[in-house]
Amino acid sequence: MAPFTVLTAVAAPLVRDNIDTDAIIPSREIKSVAKSGLAAGLFAGWRYREIGSREPDLAFVLNDPAYADARILIGGVNFGCGSSREHAVWALADFGFRAIIAKSFSPIFQANCVRNGVAPVELAADAVDALARAVATDPARRQVTVDLVACTVAAPGTAATPFSIDPQARRMLLEALDPIDLTLELEPRIAAFRERDRQARPWIYL
Amino acid sequence: MTSPVDNETPPRTLADKLWDEHRVCDLGDGVDLILIDRILLHERTGGVALQSLEAAGRPVRAPRQAFCTMDHVVDTFPGRGDSTLMPTGRAFITATREGALNAGIKLFDLGDDRQGIVHVISPEQGVVLPGVTLVCPDSHTCTQGAFGALAWGIGSTETEHALATSTLRVRRPEQMLIELRGRLDPGVTGKDLALHIIAALSVSGARGRVIEFGGDAISALDLDGRQTLCNMAAELAAFSAVIAPDDLVLDYLHGRPFAPSGADWDRAETRWRTLVSDDGAAFAHKTAFEVGTVSPMVTWGVSPQQAIAIDARVPGYGEVAGRETRDAYDRALGYMGLAPGEPLESLAIDAAFIGSCTNSRIGDLRRAARLLDGRKVAPGVKAICVPGSSGVKRQAEAEGLDRIFLAAGFEWRESGCSMCFFAGGESFGLRERVISTTNRNFESRQGPQTRSHLASPETVAASAVAGRIADPRRLGAHGG
Repeated sequence: MAPFTVLTAVAAPLVRDNIDTDAIIPSREIKSVAKSGLAAGLFAGWRYREIGSREPDLAFVLNDPAYADARILIGGVNFGCGSSREHAVWALADFGFRAIIAKSFSPIFQANCVRNGVAPVELAADAVDALARAVATDPARRQVTVDLVACTVAAPGTAATPFSIDPQARRMLLEALDPIDLTLELEPRIAAFRERDRQARPWIYL
Repeated sequence: MTSPVDNETPPRTLADKLWDEHRVCDLGDGVDLILIDRILLHERTGGVALQSLEAAGRPVRAPRQAFCTMDHVVDTFPGRGDSTLMPTGRAFITATREGALNAGIKLFDLGDDRQGIVHVISPEQGVVLPGVTLVCPDSHTCTQGAFGALAWGIGSTETEHALATSTLRVRRPEQMLIELRGRLDPGVTGKDLALHIIAALSVSGARGRVIEFGGDAISALDLDGRQTLCNMAAELAAFSAVIAPDDLVLDYLHGRPFAPSGADWDRAETRWRTLVSDDGAAFAHKTAFEVGTVSPMVTWGVSPQQAIAIDARVPGYGEVAGRETRDAYDRALGYMGLAPGEPLESLAIDAAFIGSCTNSRIGDLRRAARLLDGRKVAPGVKAICVPGSSGVKRQAEAEGLDRIFLAAGFEWRESGCSMCFFAGGESFGLRERVISTTNRNFESRQGPQTRSHLASPETVAASAVAGRIADPRRLGAHGG
């Protein structure tokens, strides 16, 4: 996993509310016990003309050649709601997305993003709408910068918009930290806590 | 060591108590390291977590506190084995079996009489208990909050963290009290209540929060109904949902295989009796519903918040303008093949489905069977009942419910998640209209372009008989 600091890339607007993880990666597209190889199934229900086919539906934003190099996706309210399947983030990352800008995120999806080096950036609804409009109408403003160091989003010709992000999530992304490694360093404290707890709640320790 | 005197302790919520009891340490930035008591896995997301952990050379820290089942990908056809309609389904099943075996995690495998949907078997086995923290890579883990546990859904990577360390790094969630007052009308269930609340609050209405369901309507609700209600907290984008454990919970769990027994039970019970929100405990958010006015609910769109009373008509945009964007509304109507003003009850259905972690427990099946007894599914309607666990299936068969379902024209399946979504490859047909006891009416979730209408088991049973969406209150028990 690479650190996420500053990313300047094409942003693709898909500003619908409540985009669920079934839409991001349908069940039928999760074909193997692996975290990779999921890009082809990303948004399969919207991206292809028919279920099971690979014939592109040209009306869908990710089939527009203007967004062929998109690395940033712009979404609406409650992005990533529904199933906890981490495949949704793996599919987005496999396709090339490194940041999602949305009006809000569903909590499990947001945590999954951070664990996979994808930055979930929450902006006010009108800022998201303005950004999506700028990207869609002006090819010169299609390149968007997500700066996780300064915590700003900027498109050419507009003032940078600040955003706030959970400090722990930000640190994990900036330093590409593996939380399991960090927690394993706390092993003595966990062991001591469990030992005390075992006295109080022995039925927990099967 | 003495504990603080009661009147010096500030009043705490149930969720506060669960949180504090599991707080190993403060990690800074408002994040706590929380001890995890129980981890549940299934073959859809558990196999990949176990595989990844093994590849990283990280052992499972407390394998005896983890459990695994087969529910998501497995077929539910009678006589099933490891192969599924989806050619690669077998790989999920075998990888999970191998992973669980290597890690020393107890597996409720195919053929095991304890197998079933993860959230159905956990209470059956006494895996979930009041006061435990429980996680599972599955968004509907909140179902188990009905037993007074702090139970929440996580991703695969978080699952690896929980398996490797017996902890998770979590920010203390905001809390929300949803008080339910009054009495449900006959024929109105926990499912209708859940859809009513989601329609009122929206699918992001409790985003990131722990909901506590309280009030006299909760005390009066049976355990099946409480589980259905907590289950659909996932559809409010909640962190989880909890209900204070009462006699109903304790009576249910007593004597279950992994529940404490003897002196341990007595000690546990003493602790569990304190698991209530103190008077005056602070909730960041509070809301209340009078449940006496709730009708059987059915969804008309592609989001669980797009739900209305069964005797209502498909809303015009003006009626939902505050909650839906024009684009979302138009897309939903177009996808569902509906026009504004159409009565829900006029809609002919192609299929009826009873099952899923929302509504597949013995009480759900009994209530549906009562309506199906002596009646027939309408010609041309494909009707399927999938018990939530092998245990539920056995119990139903002992009571003769299977014969009622079969005589009515329902298929009677082995337990699993089945056609709630088509993970194992089985689905409803192109653009078919399905009335379903499941939790998500998302586009193409139950099949290609499938039009799903969420409802209670009663409404699904009544609709299967009528061949169209039908109000169960107009259909008494026992046909002729």
